[in-house]
Amino acid sequence: MKYFPLLWATLWRKKTRTWLTLFSLIAAFLLLGLLQAANSVFNGGGVQNLGANLLITQARVSFTSPLPLRLLPQIEAVPGVESVSFSQFFGGVYKDPKNFFPQFAVAPERWLKTFTECTLPAEQAAAWKNSRTAAIAGKQLAERFGWKVGDRIPLVSQIFPLKDGSRAWEFDLVGIFDNTSADSCPRMGNMYIRYDYFDEARLFGQGGAGIYVLRIADPNRAEAIGRQIDQMFENSPDETKTQTEKEFSLNFVRQLGNLSLILNSILGAVFFTILLLTGNTMSQAVRERIPELAVLKTLGFTNGGVLGLVIAESLLLCLLGGLVGMGLANAVMGALAHAPVQMPPLKADAHVWAIALASMFGVGLLVGLPPALKAMRLSIVDGLSGR
Amino acid sequence: MSTAIVQLRGVSKTYTRGKQSVEVLKALDLDVAQGDFLALMGPSGSGKTTLLNLIGGLDQPTRGEVIVAGERIEKLKSSALAAWRARNVGFVFQFYNLMPMLSAQKNVELPLLLTKLSASERARRAKIALTVVGLAERASHKPNELSGGQAQRVAIARALVADPTLLICDEPTGDLDRKTADEILGLLQTLNREHGKTIVMVTHDPKAAEYATHQVHMDKGALAKEEVP
Repeated sequence: MKYFPLLWATLWRKKTRTWLTLFSLIAAFLLLGLLQAANSVFNGGGVQNLGANLLITQARVSFTSPLPLRLLPQIEAVPGVESVSFSQFFGGVYKDPKNFFPQFAVAPERWLKTFTECTLPAEQAAAWKNSRTAAIAGKQLAERFGWKVGDRIPLVSQIFPLKDGSRAWEFDLVGIFDNTSADSCPRMGNMYIRYDYFDEARLFGQGGAGIYVLRIADPNRAEAIGRQIDQMFENSPDETKTQTEKEFSLNFVRQLGNLSLILNSILGAVFFTILLLTGNTMSQAVRERIPELAVLKTLGFTNGGVLGLVIAESLLLCLLGGLVGMGLANAVMGALAHAPVQMPPLKADAHVWAIALASMFGVGLLVGLPPALKAMRLSIVDGLSGR
Repeated sequence: MSTAIVQLRGVSKTYTRGKQSVEVLKALDLDVAQGDFLALMGPSGSGKTTLLNLIGGLDQPTRGEVIVAGERIEKLKSSALAAWRARNVGFVFQFYNLMPMLSAQKNVELPLLLTKLSASERARRAKIALTVVGLAERASHKPNELSGGQAQRVAIARALVADPTLLICDEPTGDLDRKTADEILGLLQTLNREHGKTIVMVTHDPKAAEYATHQVHMDKGALAKEEVP
């Protein structure tokens, strides 16, 4: 610590250059924080809070192919299945196409029984069951649009027209669901309408639902139950694919492509540039103060001591830029959590921080080592004479 | 009779640049007594600074023995030599060689970073050294806020702060006007007379050499003559 004032003063010897290098590092680590957090989401980190005891049964071909509701009794009868909900993606927009958020047509009783990590006040649950045009929304979604119970919500479905050919649907918001005291509800950005009303009013597709959501008693039996369900419908016109909700969500995201590869390639390019930039800055900074380094050696600093000082300066620069960049990334992720985005909330978890810290130390060492070695090998006589 | 703090025996130094070898010092013998103030004089290229560098442990002789403060320093390895310099020698350069981003106080504290002294003790000793050179009130100023004379005083304080036996001064007044140079030389004389510091100073300036107790003239890498002013 006693060398810190010397390191700090040396770091700010050329303020403009240090600021510019710091900005580059901050930008690089801001990007690293955001992209690695996104990567973590795509690799399962963002769906950790999805229920381990929820299975999704979809059509084997694709979840866009509906399954008939007549499969319901057979699925319900599978041992270990506690409750079954079914849902059809509605695909509507609110007032403006940019106001897109997930809406699903569900059966209220089944939804309430299956999605127990979300809670809806009893009177609102009753209101939902009693009115066919009733809908409920997650607290996050309601806050996003400033909705309150009693509001009439117009939605234009991109998929399902009404029987009169119009796409303008209207629903009455009767309830706002929230986390339970014990669990975090991962559906707070969703809206749920009643399946019976939707199915009767839609122009086509009656009697079908996109997916079945099964609550099972024992998560350890998820694979066996899924296999049993899929075997039941094997070689039928409605072959199924059953997987955990987490796996289902990850597969959904993975349809976008090998995002990990894309994100890591971007980061690789960014850090290669940062290495060159910061490396050049550090080399220049050390080259400029050759006489000062020679003076330090004259005063009794050893070759190793001078090597350590230059590496420490490089690490300090990278840690400073890295920590500020990661701090900004966290702030941006915090802001994004309240923004209208269609993905699980981004969060820099321990894994992302580990990557970021390793990158800070890695870049610091890589860019600091060449000038540090030069400083270490510097002859005092040559250094003092400016050679 | 004083004990010799610096003993050079048959010291030669040859520099090789490409295919050319230049013998800068030729089998030189020299003793500097403890408490002496020696001025090394001579034309450019006579080997004054090379000799100073050898005495200060900044460079190694090609041949010969360099015994300073009782240590055969030409035999010391790099890290041991660095520790020896920190303990035994204070350096004053022509162009002060202060760290431009540090205050006078922090510049003076630099050699003490290599000790186990606490931060407060380092600060206290630096303050004393600055007081000795008459610059206590400028402690917070950076080198670019000081005049040449003041900067050289800070450099002298830095050289003194670790209480070395020997002060090595390479043209300490070469960048100063006459009046300021006299002040700096007066200060060095005080350090020699009142604080018992042994000083070896390289200078071109005969007036500066008059402040020394001995003058040694060099020419073409050898001692030409020795004078007592």
